Amino acid sequence: MTALLYKGSEWSYDTIQRIHDAVSEIALGELGLDIYPNQIEVITTEQMLDAYAATGMPIFYHHWSFGKHYTQHEMMYRKGLMGLAYEIVINSSPCISYIMEGNSATMQTLVIAHAAFGHNHFFKNNQTFRDFTDAASILDYLKFAKSYIASCEERHGEGAVERLIDAAHALQSHGVHRSGKRRKIELGDEEARLRERRLHEAEIYNELWSTVPTPAGKGEITDQQRNALNERLGLPEENVLFFLERNAPKLASWQREVIRIVRLVGQYLYPQRMTKVMNEGAATYVHYRVMHRLHEKGMIDDGAFFEFLTSHTNVVAQPGFDHPAFSGFNPYTLGFSMMQDIERMCLKPTAEDRIWAPDIAGCGDVMGALRDIWENYRDESFIAQYLSPRLIRDMRLFAIEDDPERSTLLVKSIHDERGYRDIRRNLAKSYDISYTDAIIEVVGADLLGDRRLILEHRVVDGRLLAPGEARKVLQHVTDLWGYDVELKEVDAMKGQMLANHHARPSKAASAA
Amino acid sequence: MHIIDRRLNPGGKNLPNRQRFLRRARRIVREAVRQASSSRSIRDIDEAGVVIIPGSGIDEPSFHLGNEGFHHPVFPGNKEFVAGDRLPRPQGGAGGGGSKAGEGKSEDSYQIALSAEEFLEFFLEDLELPDLERRQVMSVETEGMRRAGYASTGSPSSLALGRTMRNSLSRRIALRRPRSNDVREADEAIAQAQAEGADETEIAELQLRRDQLLRRSKAIAWIDPIDLRYRRFEPQPKPMAQAVMFCLMDVSASMTEHMKDLAKRFYMLLYVFLKKRYKKVDIVFIRHTDEAKEVDEQTFFHGTESGGTKVSTVLHEMLRVVDDRYPAETWNIYAAQASDGDNDPRDNLEVIGLLTSDVLEKCQYYAYLEVNEPGHGSNASSLWRAYENLNLPNLAQRSVTHREDIYPIFRELFSRSENVRRRTV
Repeated sequence: MTALLYKGSEWSYDTIQRIHDAVSEIALGELGLDIYPNQIEVITTEQMLDAYAATGMPIFYHHWSFGKHYTQHEMMYRKGLMGLAYEIVINSSPCISYIMEGNSATMQTLVIAHAAFGHNHFFKNNQTFRDFTDAASILDYLKFAKSYIASCEERHGEGAVERLIDAAHALQSHGVHRSGKRRKIELGDEEARLRERRLHEAEIYNELWSTVPTPAGKGEITDQQRNALNERLGLPEENVLFFLERNAPKLASWQREVIRIVRLVGQYLYPQRMTKVMNEGAATYVHYRVMHRLHEKGMIDDGAFFEFLTSHTNVVAQPGFDHPAFSGFNPYTLGFSMMQDIERMCLKPTAEDRIWAPDIAGCGDVMGALRDIWENYRDESFIAQYLSPRLIRDMRLFAIEDDPERSTLLVKSIHDERGYRDIRRNLAKSYDISYTDAIIEVVGADLLGDRRLILEHRVVDGRLLAPGEARKVLQHVTDLWGYDVELKEVDAMKGQMLANHHARPSKAASAA
Repeated sequence: MHIIDRRLNPGGKNLPNRQRFLRRARRIVREAVRQASSSRSIRDIDEAGVVIIPGSGIDEPSFHLGNEGFHHPVFPGNKEFVAGDRLPRPQGGAGGGGSKAGEGKSEDSYQIALSAEEFLEFFLEDLELPDLERRQVMSVETEGMRRAGYASTGSPSSLALGRTMRNSLSRRIALRRPRSNDVREADEAIAQAQAEGADETEIAELQLRRDQLLRRSKAIAWIDPIDLRYRRFEPQPKPMAQAVMFCLMDVSASMTEHMKDLAKRFYMLLYVFLKKRYKKVDIVFIRHTDEAKEVDEQTFFHGTESGGTKVSTVLHEMLRVVDDRYPAETWNIYAAQASDGDNDPRDNLEVIGLLTSDVLEKCQYYAYLEVNEPGHGSNASSLWRAYENLNLPNLAQRSVTHREDIYPIFRELFSRSENVRRRTV
């Protein structure tokens, strides 16, 4: 019988160290996780609110929107409308986990297992994170970003920087190279790259170029010229922010750099959105296994184990669709249930599982299968591959068809033999960012003519952009681009134009 | 693994963001503060509080899909549906794909908690006063003296006796000044030796020792100038004891809501101003038509009553309250009267009589604020003219029509130099 790690709810740094070591033994030794080195930081409520405001990052540039979020969170927290998270974990190397000072010893154990091992393993191994983020240098980059933006504020005024960041933030969701030419950026080299570019600009600068008359000034511009230009601009381009950073004619170099910072931060955060269910599922599964093992080994007492079960149950609660508390799927529940279901399929497969998940059914190696899944999938593909009929029945899932032409909704499929595939496909689709987010591409920039920029939204299933906000964002695009911008909403299948927005540069922006 | 305790890190990491946010939302917050302050009680004007601002102007737009179009969502918790069922489209957002609940987040409103300083700053900003002046109102101006340790120089009246004697004692001990007992003992020893018939040399030795002691005690002063210590004083901002503020208002039918709002803002400023100067500020509300009554704040601003106008009644009532509860010897009395100036002409004489004989003697300051409806020319009313003829140093009168006029007028009324006070607009 091993000695208890702690008694009661009090903890000290020694306790945290002992807890970490005990959890580490299970997580690394028994579950075979592979993690970045851990750094655990104890913080207060106020610091947790701070972290909330700045998307969890320990260092971040200043912007009013973070102040707004802080104010809102603080308000809700003070009124008791919102509890704070027990932890925040940062995808960096070393992996930083913030734990709240007010947590009991049991909660600290749970949080360390969940964040410092579960999330940590996921960050380090998942392919999406590997592709899009650079954990080793993110903190250094954020430090650079903060000081760079502060220096811009000093040099160009807070107002000008604020307008620029407003515009860039509005486009942050369209600042990622989603597909194809995925170029991983070494964040550590960013500073050196900036210096180099400055130097290069200074070297090649020649006033004479600005006096060269455009050869095509008089005659008609041929389609060939147009196509050649579009090709040079890399059109069509889905990364709107990147396109503006590179090609907007009126931006100064510091402005391009600020856009780049917002874009790279957006890219860093992007995988979190694509792997919410898996990430939380993996972390919840890890803490669940670890806490059970600790209890089996006699390292935590029954009281602590009950405390853990209570809190775990709250975390994975999933109200039904007709419950007042329902607000969509709880990613913890869905993720955790799927992980447990995979465990079941590995160990005690039914005949049905052998048909639906032949690759893992009965393989016996739970952690091997899970580690492989955690590495190679994101939410959409994970659900499409591993949502089993058994779980569909357990959660009593059903799919609705909402056709705007009809006055009523249709229950398309329920948890029966005919419905499994449809439910699985539709649930997976609702986690597919290329379906849930608007697909917007830069399709034309008439650099030889009136410099009008043309964006195209490829409309799927008749789902148009929310018009009010689209206009505001379009205004931001226009202010960055400096000339008129047009946004066409075109049906992706039929190629027919559904809506058209147009914006002119505002006076404030052209003055700036 | 490292464990780092971040709890002691300096707080306020989000302060720059918060400041940027408030600056961004300045116009909206100011509007909200204006609304909040008109519903606030005067006494609470300089307290922290929550204001609600609309979401427009501080939203963060992004390209996102609206609610239109074709959806096929999946939900958990099916109880009774089978494939092929048709359901009515749910109202509101809950559970349905087809709800058209506006454009999501842009319609929200936000609550902001403002600190006391922030609230006051926005309140004063709404009155359009420049920075410099704001600071004056918000700073403490009266000064008093307070004890601040000891000094080696000073006037004899502030000699710190205890401290001086302590220095003297320690100096005497350090220099081994003989105590008076030592000399007496030496005397006694000589007397004893003589009585016992000791030999000459022994007595001479004792005498020599006694002379030495005497000499030494004369050479070392009992109190030396270097022992002296004086109590030191330094000036310190000091709130004067207590003040009472009389809010007198005409509530007859001719006073509109706008006029009452102007008056209220003036009272709020006066309260802020007095609060900075005095430790304790009481407020007495007296309203009048053709009779006057002390009321609570709620009734004062919102109660309705009709009748004629007799200003003298309010002065009588005020004098009664002063005699009852606020004797002029122990209270600083301020009075601010707001009226549209329509008084019964026969009453004016009595008003003047009361003011000159009694009221102004007891008051530190008596301000008369004539409030006007915008658009109506401010013709001098009968009351205005009556006051104007008095020409007394602690009576001031101003006329105000717009909210932004209040602060300049207030400042004129309460600026420190005497000559500004009497200039009428």
